[in-house]
Amino acid sequence: MSLDPRRATAVQLAAAYRSGEVTALATTTALLDAIEHEEAHLSAWLHLRRDAALGEASAADARFTAARGNTAALAALPPLLGVPIALKDLVNLEGTPTTSGSKILEGYISPYDATIAARLRAAGAVILGKTNMDEFAMGSSTEFSAYKRTTNPWDLDRIPGGSSGGSAAAVAAFQAPLSIGTDTGGSIRQPASLTGIVGMKPTYGRVSRYGIVAFASSLDQVGPFARTAQDAALLLHAIGGRDTHDATSSAEPLPAELLALPSGDAAATALKGRRFALPKEYFVAGMEPGVERAVRAAVASLEAAGATIEEVSLPTTEHALATYYIVAPAEASANLARYDGIRYGASKHGGGDLLQGYLETRGRGFGPEVRRRIMLGTYALSAGYYDAYYVKAQQVRTLIARDFDRVWAAGFDAIVAPTSPQVAWRFGAKMSDPVSMYLADACTIPANMAGLPGVSIPCGLSEGLPVGAQLIGRPWSESQLLGIASGFEAITATAEWRSVEPTALARAANGGAA
Amino acid sequence: MSELSRADVERVAALARLGLNPDEVGTLQGDLNLILEQWAHLASVDTSSVSPSAQAIVQPMPLRDDTPEASLPVEAALGNAPARVGDFVKVQAILTEEADG
Amino acid sequence: MSGKVASGGSVRSAVIGIEIHVQLRTATKMFCPCAIPTDADEPNSRTCPTCLGLPGALPTPNRAAIEKVIAVGAAIGAKTPSTTRWDRKNYFYPDLPKGYQISQLDLPLAEHGSIEVTTSAGVGSVRIRRAHLEEDTARLRHERAGDGSRASLIDYNRSGVALLEIVTEPDLRDAETSRRYAEELRLLLRTIGAADAEMENGQMRVEANVSLRDSEEAPFGTRVEVKNMNSFRSVERAIAFEIARQNELLDAGGSVTQETRGWDDTSETTYTMRAKEDSHDYRYFPEPDLPPLAISDAWIAEIRARLPELPAARRARYVADLGLTAYDAGVLVGEPRAASLFEAARAAQPALDAKLLANWVAGEYLRAANEGAGEPEPKQFAALVAAVGAGEINGATGKALFAELCAGPLDIRAVITERGLAQISDDGALEAIAAETLAASPQALADWRAGKQQALGFLVGQAMKASKGRGNPARLGEIMRRLLDAQ
Ligand SMILES: [Mg+2]
Ligand SMILES: [Zn+2]
Repeated sequence: MSLDPRRATAVQLAAAYRSGEVTALATTTALLDAIEHEEAHLSAWLHLRRDAALGEASAADARFTAARGNTAALAALPPLLGVPIALKDLVNLEGTPTTSGSKILEGYISPYDATIAARLRAAGAVILGKTNMDEFAMGSSTEFSAYKRTTNPWDLDRIPGGSSGGSAAAVAAFQAPLSIGTDTGGSIRQPASLTGIVGMKPTYGRVSRYGIVAFASSLDQVGPFARTAQDAALLLHAIGGRDTHDATSSAEPLPAELLALPSGDAAATALKGRRFALPKEYFVAGMEPGVERAVRAAVASLEAAGATIEEVSLPTTEHALATYYIVAPAEASANLARYDGIRYGASKHGGGDLLQGYLETRGRGFGPEVRRRIMLGTYALSAGYYDAYYVKAQQVRTLIARDFDRVWAAGFDAIVAPTSPQVAWRFGAKMSDPVSMYLADACTIPANMAGLPGVSIPCGLSEGLPVGAQLIGRPWSESQLLGIASGFEAITATAEWRSVEPTALARAANGGAA
Repeated sequence: MSELSRADVERVAALARLGLNPDEVGTLQGDLNLILEQWAHLASVDTSSVSPSAQAIVQPMPLRDDTPEASLPVEAALGNAPARVGDFVKVQAILTEEADG
Repeated sequence: MSGKVASGGSVRSAVIGIEIHVQLRTATKMFCPCAIPTDADEPNSRTCPTCLGLPGALPTPNRAAIEKVIAVGAAIGAKTPSTTRWDRKNYFYPDLPKGYQISQLDLPLAEHGSIEVTTSAGVGSVRIRRAHLEEDTARLRHERAGDGSRASLIDYNRSGVALLEIVTEPDLRDAETSRRYAEELRLLLRTIGAADAEMENGQMRVEANVSLRDSEEAPFGTRVEVKNMNSFRSVERAIAFEIARQNELLDAGGSVTQETRGWDDTSETTYTMRAKEDSHDYRYFPEPDLPPLAISDAWIAEIRARLPELPAARRARYVADLGLTAYDAGVLVGEPRAASLFEAARAAQPALDAKLLANWVAGEYLRAANEGAGEPEPKQFAALVAAVGAGEINGATGKALFAELCAGPLDIRAVITERGLAQISDDGALEAIAAETLAASPQALADWRAGKQQALGFLVGQAMKASKGRGNPARLGEIMRRLLDAQ
């Protein structure tokens, strides 16, 4: 067997399943074994579905076996059939726990499927389990999980980014080829950048939010993590498209190109003549020199491949962070009001007084960052402050969107920028200072405020740690963005940094031996 | 914007139904003021002729046909309830009335 | 009825604003496809992730509910916005699963309408400030457990049912007008099919804000919110009581406390439900899970075109075109099923005497309907009334046939012929019957001769019996009298 089930991409697995080279059961077994072996060091998972996943893998294998020898029948099978995947623990999956990283949902078993969970089931994907995250997706390091501290497979003393840190770490550590994250202010792109993988936030409305535990409704988007652009495109195709359960999901047709994203020379050639905008405001003060070097090198290689790069200005960028930290907490303060210990979740009701039941359930059930944001949001919406904060922020949001509109009007294909001003930091480095933590999202937040698609792709290393470059596109341009990402993979295929893999996890899991 | 006092923090916590101990009130007062200070520059942005966006990408709103679909089985609906009496969810006695429907 | 309150020498004016919540007549809830619960449904059997407020669930708006509110707006002459949206109204309570109610604040589906209301003092207009669409809460049951502890039990079946909230301007000045407004609104909602609005079932909940001031020009006084009125009669009595209560308080030199008071139907008094409290800080903001809704002129026109004739227009037409009295017109129009029978019968027999038909509908039909009788088939009903009107059958026969018609299908023309029910108006035949009756009743004749006038009535009754109910009673009376006089 030549295909390493841990390193195989979804595209490779799909081909191997069809040829009979490997089975979904063997692949799933290998990944589950690895996860169980390494979990003490990576801590990426909150819930594993070992038996259910093996059952799904066997069912997939049965379908491959039945179709074997019949080219048309094989081709008709869904591309993700038998492909293992991890879900961030805010995706409801009927019959399994959903904690959203919070104690307040400890013991909660979902009675229904999120739309994307139902679509993944229908696509025949093998759902391995649920991954760790910052509580209610609030955080940039996964340190705010109420359950465990996920490590970065590149350096176990460092954070994997957040809030989708578990999903990113699992894919980076070769525990799954694909995973699902959510991105409200950068929670897919930033951990993708910090763990050296591909992570995409689609256009707002591209993927249904039904069944995804809400953080900030006008910003939340579900998206894929993968190790290649092609894999990310396959996963986006499986989960995207109009859903009648989500009034904000778009009727915009899902591009078929996602199923056949160009790679190799074809993708590299397609970079020729592309026009990229380089926003000067994204190269912020405090950006690590190694990060800037890697991103500028990526820009240079795009130029070398025949693309043109022009510097642009997005002047409202400096206000995006403050805008985000009003809008997101305001929406969150309402979205999290349902956690009252009455219908579900950890409850402190039962003493004498109803009000006390509310106060204790919520005061004790939520962790410090969630409490902080509920307080911020409640304050920003409260009588006398609404106009100064909430309305003002929504107006500035309009200005942020206009900045981007000007770039598209000027004919650019995409914006290229750093994803994160820093590489993965050490545990605890920002825990005592919320503002420094918030600054980590400075480059990702504007795309959320404007609803635009963005993808983070690995573009190099800084002091041995991954650096991500971000591509931001016009609405509904996911297939073009992923096509560009695929082209970048092709033109950097032989770059030295591409040959470096994270080894810290393997060393630790194998008893510290190199 | 003026600074949040301890009483302000307590008022907001009560609105949000967050039971905080005195230490937590103090910590939050510090954090919130630090963050609000970071927001202060927003006031300087000229938004006099700018309409607010509640959503960045506005889709036409689809409407649902008035056709019933199956509800959840009662056990699925109440399976997570911390306290029940038969097929009802139970809470402590409510002595005062809240606002209308 | 005047809005002036006189007591102890002082004369004050009442100011009343009414807020009504009505359950819309839809098959599913406002933001989820759960069926509307009935009383027969088990608790918590009509719920889904959305109306239970489960993590991750989202709202999907019901087109029918929105169209019904647009129809209400058109019917009350309100302004429909070109774009509407929903807002979150945030507060914590066990009957509110999400911790916020999806409601409408800045852009209600209808604004600035009015309703014409007729009272004993004449016809007036009540201005409606706004009408908006929101979701209902769960139902709470307060119980004492076996161990003596008190608990509240929650049934989420009603959570998310579509509610129309309608708020008047503070235009009302007395209890009678307030009641009539509520009744007229209910009639309008039922006429256009927007709601059933049964107060007794809680489908329509009326709240009144009542304050007094020294004169029509004086600023508003402290207002008291009155609720828990479960009939139109209670609405009138509760408001009248509250006006009198506040007036007495002020006469005694006291002041009115801002509070919410409930109406107790048994003692016919209001009582304090919630003392003055902190003003709510609902932290309204636009519901981010629902994009704004564009309402095109074409859509409004389409909904308007589907509107039936409205009660005020119909009353006016009945009086002006059909010559009905205002009272009869009011009775007919006040009962949508009566009006629809009246209309259908007229359509079947356009030449039918409208007054006679109105009498039958307002009299026989409504009496029978209120006793639970079935609906008569309108064409046959028209044939029946026509036969009575033409003197073809007499009134008693008509009533008997009407009862049969309510019980099931009946061909009136065929039955009159087959059963020989046609009224006997032929004088020769009637004279024969009268003479036979008189001959068989010597005692009655003796009574008549002794000056007992009632003997005539007895004899006519006997003659009617002898005619098997088919005699023309008026003609029989005349003939009998002539025969007696001739004796
Ligand atoms: Mg209301
Ligand atoms: Zn429902």
